[in-house]
Amino acid sequence: MSDITLSVQHLTKRIGKRDIIKNISFELKSGEVFGFLGPNGAGKTTTIRMLVGLIKPTSGQIFICGYDVKKDFSKAMERLGCIVENPELYPYLTGWENLQYFARMLTNTDDKRITEVVELIGLTDRIHDKVKTYSLGMRQRLGIGQALLSRPKVLILDEPTNGLDPSGIREMRQFIRFLAKEEGLSVLVSSHLLSEIQLLCDRVSIILDGKIIHTESVHTLLTQNEKLIWRFTPVEKGLEILKKLAPSVTVREDVVITPYIEEEVSQWSRLLIEANVDIKEMNRQIPSLEHLFLELTGGDSVGE
Amino acid sequence: MNKLIYNEMLKLVKSKRLLVVTIIIGIMITMFTYAQHREMENVKKRIGDTDWRVTLQQSIVDMQNRIGSSGISEEFRSQLKVRIDQSQYYLDNNINPQEPGAPTFLRVFLDNSIQLLLPLMVMIISADMVSSEKSLGTIKLLLTRPVRRWKILLSKYITLLLSVSFILFIFGLFSYLISGLFFGYAGWTAPILTGFTVQAGELNTANVHLIPQWQYILMIFGLGWFVSVVVGTLSFMFSVLIKSTAAGMGAMLAFLISGSIISSIASSWEAAKYFFMVNLRLTDYLQGNIPPIEGMSLPFSLIVLSIWGVAGIIISFLVFTKKDVY
Repeated sequence: MSDITLSVQHLTKRIGKRDIIKNISFELKSGEVFGFLGPNGAGKTTTIRMLVGLIKPTSGQIFICGYDVKKDFSKAMERLGCIVENPELYPYLTGWENLQYFARMLTNTDDKRITEVVELIGLTDRIHDKVKTYSLGMRQRLGIGQALLSRPKVLILDEPTNGLDPSGIREMRQFIRFLAKEEGLSVLVSSHLLSEIQLLCDRVSIILDGKIIHTESVHTLLTQNEKLIWRFTPVEKGLEILKKLAPSVTVREDVVITPYIEEEVSQWSRLLIEANVDIKEMNRQIPSLEHLFLELTGGDSVGE
Repeated sequence: MNKLIYNEMLKLVKSKRLLVVTIIIGIMITMFTYAQHREMENVKKRIGDTDWRVTLQQSIVDMQNRIGSSGISEEFRSQLKVRIDQSQYYLDNNINPQEPGAPTFLRVFLDNSIQLLLPLMVMIISADMVSSEKSLGTIKLLLTRPVRRWKILLSKYITLLLSVSFILFIFGLFSYLISGLFFGYAGWTAPILTGFTVQAGELNTANVHLIPQWQYILMIFGLGWFVSVVVGTLSFMFSVLIKSTAAGMGAMLAFLISGSIISSIASSWEAAKYFFMVNLRLTDYLQGNIPPIEGMSLPFSLIVLSIWGVAGIIISFLVFTKKDVY
C-alpha cells in the first residue's frame, strides 16, 4: 500500500447549515493521473482547496504521503505541488525571480533545481523577462514549474487547460502524462470536460452536488457508455435487424443509436449489408457529460 | 524566517512601493521647505528685523489681540493663553524656539506630520500587504507552501516594522538634507524647553527643563515611530480583514481624518479619548499644548495606542490563520 500518495477520507465541508462537500473519499497511486470531473459548482474547487490547506475541512482527513495535512502541514505540503485555478504569480517579478521566491520557502531547493525546472517547462529563453509580459500558456507553465520545485509526489492541477489554445492544451496534456509516467508523480486534474479527462486520465471520479457519485477507470467508464450512431437506408429494414441484435435501439430524427460493443458491431454491420441496407454512417461517440450524469444518477436532473 | 522577510522586502522593492513612498516624502519636504522659506522672508519684510525676540513678541501681541476679540470659543481662548505663557517663558529665558536651521525644520515638520502625513506614508505600505496578495490571487500560492500561516503573517509584520523604520529614516534624512540647503545645517545643540504640563487650563512650568535639540528630535522620532507602528498595525489588520486595498485604505483614512475633527470639536465628549485617532499627536505633550480632551496625558495616550495596536495584531493573526481562502 506504500504507493498510495494521496488519501482522502470522509471529507466534509459545511458552510452555514449546508454541506457543500459530503463525505468524499478517494485515493491516488503514484504514476497515476486522476480526474475530478463535474459541472461547475459541483464542489471540485472546494475539495481541491481543502486538499491544499486553503480551506479547513469540517470533518474528514487528508493524507499526503502518509502525513496528515492538518497535523503535519509543512511535511505534507513539501510533498505536494499545486495550482489552484489560474496560476497567479507576481507580475512585477521575472519568471526566474518568481521561482527563486518560492524556492526560498522550501528547504533544499537551490538554483540548480530552478534551472532544472526551467528546462523541464521549456521557458529557458524567456525566464528573465517580467511575468506581466508572459502569455497565458507561459504563465501556466511557470505555474507548473513553481509546483514542481519541491520535487513533489503529488501534483494537483485545477482546470489546467482552462483558457489555453488548442496547441497549448495538447502540450499541457503531453506534459502531464510525461510527469506521471517518467517522474512517477500522482496527478490530480479537475475538469468539467469529459473529453479532457478522457484524453488525460487513468481513473476518474465524477462529482456532483458535493458527492462522488462514481469512481472508475476512464476506459471502463467510457466503453460502458459509448454509443454508436447509425445512418442507413432503408431505415425501416435496418431498424428491424438491429432491434434483434443490439440490447437497446433508439431512433432520433434520421439517426439510430445503439450502444457501442466492440466485439459485436462489425457483425451487426455485416448483417445489415447482407440484408441490402446501405450504411451511410457509423459514428462511435463517447457519451456527453450530461448523458453520463443522467445515466449514473438514474435519470435525475443535473442540478444547477 | 529570514528568507520569508527577504521575500516580503523583495516584493516591496520590486513593486516599487518603497520608491513611491520615498518620492512622495521627497516632494512633500521640498514643498514645505520652500513654504517655510517664503514665510521667513515674508516675516522679515513685514517686521524689518530678523531678531527672533521681536518676532516672538509680535506673535504674543497677536495672540493677545485674538483673546480680546469676542467671537472666540472658551476652549480656544485657554489654549491661546497657554501658548502666550509659553512664548513668554521662552522670551524671559532668552531661548529661541524657532532657532533657524535644518534640525529645527526637522523638529517642526515632524511635530506637524505625526498625525496625518506620516501615518499616510506608512499606510501606503501596510494597507495592501495582505490584501494585494488576495487581489493578485498569489495568496493561494503563499498559503500552500510548507510554511505555517502564522509564520507568513509574522514575516509580513516584521517587514512592516522595517518599512516604518525606513520611512522615518528617509523622513529625517530628507528633511535634514533638503531644508539645510535653505536654512543651513547647524542647530543640533540649540536648547529646547520641554516638560510643560497643563493643569486645568493653566500652564505649569514647575518641571520645565532645557534639553539640546538633538535629544528632543530623538524623542519625537521615537514617538513618531510608535504612532506609525500603531497606525501601520491597524491598517495591516484592515488589509487582513478586507479584500480590497482601496476599501481598507479608505476606512483607515476616514479614521485618521475623523481623529483631527473630533480633537477640535468634541472636547466635551469624554469617551472619545479612548479612540486611537485622537491620541496620535504625542509630540504635543512635549510642547505643552492643551490636550484635546480633559484627562489625556502622554502615558494615557501611549497606553491607549498600545491597546489598539495589540488588539490589531491579535485580530490579524487570529483571522489570518483561521480563515478559509476561496
